[in-house]
Amino acid sequence: MISFDRVSKRYANGREALSNVSFNIHTGEMVFLTGRSGAGKSTVLKLIALLERPTRGAVVVNTKNTQALRARHIPAFRRGIGVVFQDHKLLADRPVFDNVALPLAVAGAPLKEIDKRVRAALDQVGLLGKERLLPQELSVGEQQRVGIARAVVSKPPLLIADEPTGNLDPDLSLEVMRLFRRFQDVGVTVIVATHDMHIVREFGERVITLENGMLQGDPPVDPLPSLVATR
Amino acid sequence: MSLGVSGGRHLQALFGSLGRLARAPFATFLTLLVIALALALPAALKLFVTNAQAATGNFASAVDLSVYLKTEVPLAKAQQLTQAAQQRPDVASVTLIPADKGLEDFRTYSGFGDALAALKENPLPHVLHVRPKAQASSAAALEALRNYFTAWPEVDLVQVDSEWVMRFNAILEVLQRVLVIAVVLFGIGVLAVIGNTIRLEIQGRRAEIEVTKLVGGSNAFVRRPFLYTGMLYGLGGALLAWGILAMIVLLLRDSVATLARLYGSRYMLEGLALTDVGALLGAGVVLGWLGAWISAARHLQRIEPRA
Repeated sequence: MISFDRVSKRYANGREALSNVSFNIHTGEMVFLTGRSGAGKSTVLKLIALLERPTRGAVVVNTKNTQALRARHIPAFRRGIGVVFQDHKLLADRPVFDNVALPLAVAGAPLKEIDKRVRAALDQVGLLGKERLLPQELSVGEQQRVGIARAVVSKPPLLIADEPTGNLDPDLSLEVMRLFRRFQDVGVTVIVATHDMHIVREFGERVITLENGMLQGDPPVDPLPSLVATR
Repeated sequence: MSLGVSGGRHLQALFGSLGRLARAPFATFLTLLVIALALALPAALKLFVTNAQAATGNFASAVDLSVYLKTEVPLAKAQQLTQAAQQRPDVASVTLIPADKGLEDFRTYSGFGDALAALKENPLPHVLHVRPKAQASSAAALEALRNYFTAWPEVDLVQVDSEWVMRFNAILEVLQRVLVIAVVLFGIGVLAVIGNTIRLEIQGRRAEIEVTKLVGGSNAFVRRPFLYTGMLYGLGGALLAWGILAMIVLLLRDSVATLARLYGSRYMLEGLALTDVGALLGAGVVLGWLGAWISAARHLQRIEPRA
């Protein structure tokens, strides 16, 4: 599903955020991307969502080499990826329904279908009945779940989340992660960038750890040894 | 995407834009007023020119040229020339007034009958009364006709009977040029106003645009509501301009009628014709769309999502 081949990313200010990073993520995997802030987690996600392009190396997402993708094909490419943010990036002046409906609207789905799928997505995150509320009328955890509903409403094969539990207490964090797990169960590839080691340990999924832009360890099964090493 | 679906999208974008405009009624009204005034000014000028043309239409089409032949030109030659003049495509009719007839008329109408009887021979030449076709009654066309007749060796003098009508037509022509210039300048003004309004709106909705692009919204999708907003501004401004013009006509109608009466005319001020209204509304919509498009093309490209 995702392949980084000797990827480096240097920003305009000269900072090298990633150096020579290679890894593969298979379809249907759930992967935690960990490391201190500034280690390059966000850069990896940005390269996947094509918010940035690599300076060197190749990033292949969904069988598409992002380097070769023309600007006019980027919208269609992004529709294949659901993105969840720490600050959830909801539109404050639009009700929950509109926020969740946005990915379907840009894809040109018929209104009837939008209605059906938005409700289904809200049902999945446990927010059915709150369609008409504005984001600030919801709790932080609920807002994050609206963000997740928006990310999955168009049923993308790939879901990426950047510190989705950064603002949540442990219980809510677990709840959100279980939600991601449920999407993995139905075949969605899930990548979660987080520095919440408690959660990473709890779930026991594959961990990719970055430090100073370099790959530290990518043990396929047991993440604990590398966790100890990098903390 | 089927046609019905994309139609639905457009309708949605249209109502979305309408709703946003309605949510800030005062700001929207101010913008509309500026656009309306910029549209109303050239339209008012057009109204003035049209009315001036209509009010003086009777005179303008009645411009005659009196072509005085030299006294030694015989009647037969004068008749020949009359026929030649008739051949010209810009001439409606030619009347030959032979010298004898001229003297007869003069004797009858001038009151100098007795004095004229003292003359041994007729001092008057033969005269051709040339009436140009209506479409050839512009100042330039009359001048060309005058030059044409002046060049004849048999012609002594060409007199355009209504010099002031020519002048008036020349003034109208100047006004028409001014009208074209005004249309262009104020059109650019409307473009600038709408472009700037859209720029501000794009800035105000930056977060929304970023998120929309992030979830895969194409440039066309992001642009669409702004194009509708621009068109609505243009259309609204044009409707308001129409209202302003209707009010002007209403306010001036009585005093213009009084003025016309003093000149022995029953002329009534005309409002905008249906085609003019159509042109005004069309111009508003097109300018609004274009201004929004230019602004969106400039500013939307630069907004890219940052995670």
